[in-house]
Amino acid sequence: MNNAITRFLGTSPLVRDYGMSFVLLLLVGLFSALTLKQQHPTGADAGRQVADLILVRHTKPRVLVITRNTPEDVEFSNAAIKRLEEKGARVLATVRGAAPDAKQSIEEVLKSGESIDAIAANDVTAKWTVYDRFPEVGAGKCVVPASYTWPDFLKVSNLLGVANQTAIYAIIAIGMTMVIITAGIDLSVGSLVALASVCVSILLRDCFGGISAGVAAVIIASTTSVLVCALAGAFNGFMITAFRIPPFIVTLGMMMMASGLSFKLSMGQSIPELPSSFFWLGRGHIFGIPNPILLMLALYMIAHIVMSRMVLGRYIYSIGGNEEAARLSGVPVTRVQLAVYTICGALAGLGGIVLTSQLSAGDPKFGLMYELEVIAAVVVGGTSLMGGQGKIFGTLIGAFIIAVIKNGMNLTDVDPFNQKIVLGAVLMIAVLLDTLRRKKGHR
Amino acid sequence: MQGIEKSFPGVRALRGVDLTLRSGEVLALLGENGAGKSTLIKMLGGAHQPDQGTIRISGQPVNLSSPIAAISAGIGVIYQEFNLVPRLSAWENIFFGRERSSGFVNRNMERRRSKELFDQIGVPVPIDTPCGELSIAQQQLVEIAKALSQDARLIVMDEPSAAITPQEVERLFHIIRDLRSRGIGVIYISHRLDEIFTIADRVVVLRDGQLAGEGETRSLTRQQLIEWMVGREIQNEFPKARHTRDRIRLSVRNLNRGNIVRDVSFDIRAGEVLGMTGLIGAGRTETARLIFGADRHDSGQISLDGHSLHIRSPRDAIRNGICLLTEDRKGQGLVLTSSVRENFGLPNLKNLSRFGLVNQTKERSAFSTYVDQLQIKIPNQDQLARNLSGGNQQKVVLAKWLERNAEVLIFDEPTRGIDVGAKYEIYLLINELAKQGKAILMISSELPEVIGMSDRILVMHEGRITGEIEEATTATQEQIMEMAVA
Repeated sequence: MNNAITRFLGTSPLVRDYGMSFVLLLLVGLFSALTLKQQHPTGADAGRQVADLILVRHTKPRVLVITRNTPEDVEFSNAAIKRLEEKGARVLATVRGAAPDAKQSIEEVLKSGESIDAIAANDVTAKWTVYDRFPEVGAGKCVVPASYTWPDFLKVSNLLGVANQTAIYAIIAIGMTMVIITAGIDLSVGSLVALASVCVSILLRDCFGGISAGVAAVIIASTTSVLVCALAGAFNGFMITAFRIPPFIVTLGMMMMASGLSFKLSMGQSIPELPSSFFWLGRGHIFGIPNPILLMLALYMIAHIVMSRMVLGRYIYSIGGNEEAARLSGVPVTRVQLAVYTICGALAGLGGIVLTSQLSAGDPKFGLMYELEVIAAVVVGGTSLMGGQGKIFGTLIGAFIIAVIKNGMNLTDVDPFNQKIVLGAVLMIAVLLDTLRRKKGHR
Repeated sequence: MQGIEKSFPGVRALRGVDLTLRSGEVLALLGENGAGKSTLIKMLGGAHQPDQGTIRISGQPVNLSSPIAAISAGIGVIYQEFNLVPRLSAWENIFFGRERSSGFVNRNMERRRSKELFDQIGVPVPIDTPCGELSIAQQQLVEIAKALSQDARLIVMDEPSAAITPQEVERLFHIIRDLRSRGIGVIYISHRLDEIFTIADRVVVLRDGQLAGEGETRSLTRQQLIEWMVGREIQNEFPKARHTRDRIRLSVRNLNRGNIVRDVSFDIRAGEVLGMTGLIGAGRTETARLIFGADRHDSGQISLDGHSLHIRSPRDAIRNGICLLTEDRKGQGLVLTSSVRENFGLPNLKNLSRFGLVNQTKERSAFSTYVDQLQIKIPNQDQLARNLSGGNQQKVVLAKWLERNAEVLIFDEPTRGIDVGAKYEIYLLINELAKQGKAILMISSELPEVIGMSDRILVMHEGRITGEIEEATTATQEQIMEMAVA
């Protein structure tokens, strides 16, 4: 049995190279099936659709527009009214509220002697029972946007949400992948997220005037904070290379120091005095795609080129595969290790800036347990903790596997405690598959 | 063993091999690297399972599904890399994993039994010293004692003589003869043909995963064995070519490091192959590492073509045109988890890249030149280095240094664990490099090789150069050994 699995995993090139992407697709399929639901369109598009439906059935109709008072419904209502009036319909009344409001409105319209041809409603307001109280109206007059079947999971808003939340982990995981490929580890990334967050917000508040700080100030403060984290990473690298202290210990120390420093600097408080231009990075979007996702994708492209095409990448793999052989082949081992820990620190800092921007406040409590989350993503993505093996895009897929599982479980109402158990099991299974796969490669 | 087959990804390691061993017989298993010897014995040790075929012991089919199953079937395998826990003492290692009496270690019984075992073997080994501090030869004895304590009826030794001195080999042969007289079957693997004629009753030769030849040692010749191994005739084991040796290229003066390397001075001329030999621990490898910058020297001068060099790291040495082929291919020569092409590129990336970007096309074509020239057997350039046989791995290491076009090449045990065919090719390559006017330092423990391939020979003992033979052709093994024990 074991042998059969090993053989399958080891020999099929599809599974060998794309095993984890396959798992990701499988998960996407699974959660799509589980969250398949009747979807009711909302918003402006739906409003125009309803208006058109009414206009097809009636010429110059007299219409009631009945929605709740939510932002989406208001959009729906506005769009429907605009379209109806353009095409010569008369909007008798607009209701934005609850069923009693609708009742009152209908009563008033009927009292004024108007007759109602149609009611533009949505899936919720059409189900109200008030219409049946008026024999002249009836629920039959309600026109709603056409519903369709589509998984909650696959809604664009959900997918973008998942990607947006994963972006920070994924960005930090780039540095972690490099570190782990050199057979090291960096436990300090979580604390560096907090340090960057506190750093940038204190700089903006105390040096650049808080809410009134300009764009240049935002750039300077952010860059400085990333540099501070890069410096912390470089210090990790220095301790590791100069004194041969195991990376686990050095970065564990840095994890505590950076966290302590963040709390000290911020006095344990969250710092919300940030200028609005600072929020562009975390909450803005270009062509409808949130900036953190774009930043993540760009960084992954660069990291992929570094690791697969550049001298630095070659050196990183060789050090993890066999440090002594690398040194004896002329690889500047110390410099490369310094570089890798510095990059890892800088990316953790960048993650902290994005997180601060997303949540619109600096906070020393940010980044808690991120290191473990990030290491999990790297490992699930197929990078070996023994060093020398792993792929950058594997990590991206690993991060998304974890994110999709979390999101999918949320959508299917899995209890949060069970979610943790499942995630733990996923981590173990990923490593198990990897071990079985590698076994086949050994002689 | 009957009809044994085993495949690995991309390789059919064994295709239908039959092997018989009688009790009280010493069987030599020969073959080039990659012929399937290691795979075969790993099956006996329970580390691999055959895809097909059966293994019988005294007529009974056995299923050696794990190392433990192999041990209880009476098979003891002594791998080249020993299975000893370095921190534990000899007696603890002997009984490791088999401590009796419900979780408690029965110290006295185990120590007594261990002593008895070493008495039986006839060599005293300090049983309380951590195994990591014992010599290679002593560790080997611990492994043998361990096998005996497990009542092994069959002991497999994988290249037991590779890392021990001639005297220790002699002692090992005594022990093997003694095992034989007690009815224990021994499978002995070695590349040294001399040893096989001394110790083996019968020889089995594998080639490309198949049986290439088999016979009683008495009735075989050296020539015949080599032919079976390589599948063709080889006229001359050491094809030494001589070139004019003119100006001094590498000059080493008063090199020191602690008491490992003491006051070592020598010159190598252009076109010269300087052989360096001595017993294990004489300081040969250490000297090479100092020249290459792998370790720091306390004092001394190294100059190339009259220019003094300041070498503080291998990177410095490589930049100055010195390269070192280490004795430990897997541990120091190759990144086994990377592809052969990436290994090849590692010291050459500066020439193969622009703006930090590796030019993979250039790298591929540069490497393929060497693949052809050195006849490296690989399915493609992306093959992982660990999937190659020893000889092919050595050729990859060679290729990466040849591409550097270094002026000084230090070969540390260049043919260790390499089959006859590949050895021959490496000798030809050394000739070619000498012809180009390079300075070559060849460190080797195999005296015939040192005598056969060098122009001049240096002998080291306890960190010093204790002898020099100006004309290698006049040297005898006895003469060298005398200098080596000084």
